[in-house]
Amino acid sequence: MSAGKPAAMPEKTHPSPARRRFLTGLAGAAGSGCLMALGAGLYATQSRALAAQALRPPGALPENQFLAACTRCGLCVRDCPYDILKLAAPGDPAPTGTPYFTARNIPCEMCEDIPCIKPCPTGALDPALTDIADARMGLAVLIDQETCLNFLGLRCDVCYRVCPVIDQAITLEKQHNVRSDRHAMLLPTVHSAHCTGCGKCEAACVLAEAAIKVLPAPLAQGKLGEHYRKGWEEREKHGGSLIGDQLELPVRGLEGKPYGDSRVDDTAPPPPAGSALDGIDSGWKP
Amino acid sequence: MNAARRPAPQPGQDAIARKGWLAAHKWLLLRRISQAGILGLFLAGPWFGVWIVKGNLSSSLTLDILPLTDPYLLLQMLAAGFMPTATAVTGALIVTAFYFLVGGRVFCAWVCPVNILTDAAAWTRRRLAVKANHIPDARTRYWLLAGTLAAAAATGALAWEWVNPVSLAHRGLLFGMGAGLWFLAAVFFYDLLVASRGWCGHLCPMGAFYSLIGKTALPRVAAPRRDACDDCMDCFAVCPEPRVIRPALKKAGQESPVILDALCTTCGRCIDICGQKVFRFTHRFDRRSSS
Repeated sequence: MSAGKPAAMPEKTHPSPARRRFLTGLAGAAGSGCLMALGAGLYATQSRALAAQALRPPGALPENQFLAACTRCGLCVRDCPYDILKLAAPGDPAPTGTPYFTARNIPCEMCEDIPCIKPCPTGALDPALTDIADARMGLAVLIDQETCLNFLGLRCDVCYRVCPVIDQAITLEKQHNVRSDRHAMLLPTVHSAHCTGCGKCEAACVLAEAAIKVLPAPLAQGKLGEHYRKGWEEREKHGGSLIGDQLELPVRGLEGKPYGDSRVDDTAPPPPAGSALDGIDSGWKP
Repeated sequence: MNAARRPAPQPGQDAIARKGWLAAHKWLLLRRISQAGILGLFLAGPWFGVWIVKGNLSSSLTLDILPLTDPYLLLQMLAAGFMPTATAVTGALIVTAFYFLVGGRVFCAWVCPVNILTDAAAWTRRRLAVKANHIPDARTRYWLLAGTLAAAAATGALAWEWVNPVSLAHRGLLFGMGAGLWFLAAVFFYDLLVASRGWCGHLCPMGAFYSLIGKTALPRVAAPRRDACDDCMDCFAVCPEPRVIRPALKKAGQESPVILDALCTTCGRCIDICGQKVFRFTHRFDRRSSS
């Protein structure tokens, strides 16, 4: 912008050498100063991404706000009684100077008094968070069903057992084990309404590489379109279907049965107890 | 050209001969004690478990009661569109008030850890008689200061804090340096090989910011015995901001013997280095002068 200035000289045709020096100096200062700032801005934009494995302390503002709010002073790091938090040095998986922890190495202990939030001078760690159960540092995801021992039909359950919000954040969901055809599989299932993202499950996973990982919530969660309505919820809300009940058409051969009952022969006796056909084995063969 | 074969004449020989080594390094030593002491207060916690000051120069808490925040950082934060809670604002006001009284660039000479690095670069430069000198315009720092605020506004993040050597250095010493060492090496070699006093004296936007809040500082260096000056140029050789000396010493544009330029870091090295005892510490209204 200042490079254009030397042209604006109405009285003199030739600018004096002193004035020329002043203006070229000014242009140089402005140019190099702004160029360096531009470089810093570009570098910051490039490297502002938080690696998926780096988690913020409890109460951290959404990432885009956090990068404006965090002074990178490390007071949260100092007041963490378990030395879990770290300030990122250049080259670490988080923007320079900001606090983070890696769940697989050392997860958050979820202190009830949340000591890391208290010293934050700017509110980058939101003081409004007073119940650690409301913290959302990330969201656990059972990311690999091919190696998870419970998915293989074994009873590992470690992630479920270590969860500080057991039976709410992680539940074991019973499912038929098709491979053995005689056992149950108890599948660890994460519920976002209760998971704080502390990372205990990921740290405790017995595999060489954890099958359950805590990821930043935006990465881990899907989102329904704003227009989407669930019929069954709407029906409950309004005390009945908004589009009228479904038409019940007669089905040949099933006349006289309640709608939805499609059994062809409901008079056959149940199979004898103790036989191979008992219990969960359907007896189906390809 | 022949001088290059002999070891370069070092400034301060005359002062050491006349005043003794200790008196010729008095303010330098005090400054190093101040820098090391402040760093020591921060390090006592992580190293010895004695928690006097927590945090770092960006923001800290002393004795669990006194909050301090770098006002330049707060300015970037506001530019980025974030209004911090009262603690940070209070801390920044305390720091601003302090440097308003004692002189903003006292931070540069007496507190900033990068000063040790750039002083070392300047010393090495004199020893090796490095000739190459591509000094950027000294106003560049103000443009960079404005640029960093613009970058914060444009990115919505504290963009300068990704690369700021001052906070990188201090944070690195306290929390782990990592690849930050390369940034500091860049500053050192820039000062050593490219531009004399290039970083602190021409580019650093933090120094630029602190010079702006130190325009009316009380403690100042003055040249009350300026008639005794024998033009040896030693003070110009060691001064990190050589241009500030001339108005006071040579009455260039001012009568007062006080160095009034806000860019003076009040380091006192000119007092040390002068064999004629021309300079002394005083306040800005002290107009006593031998000439």
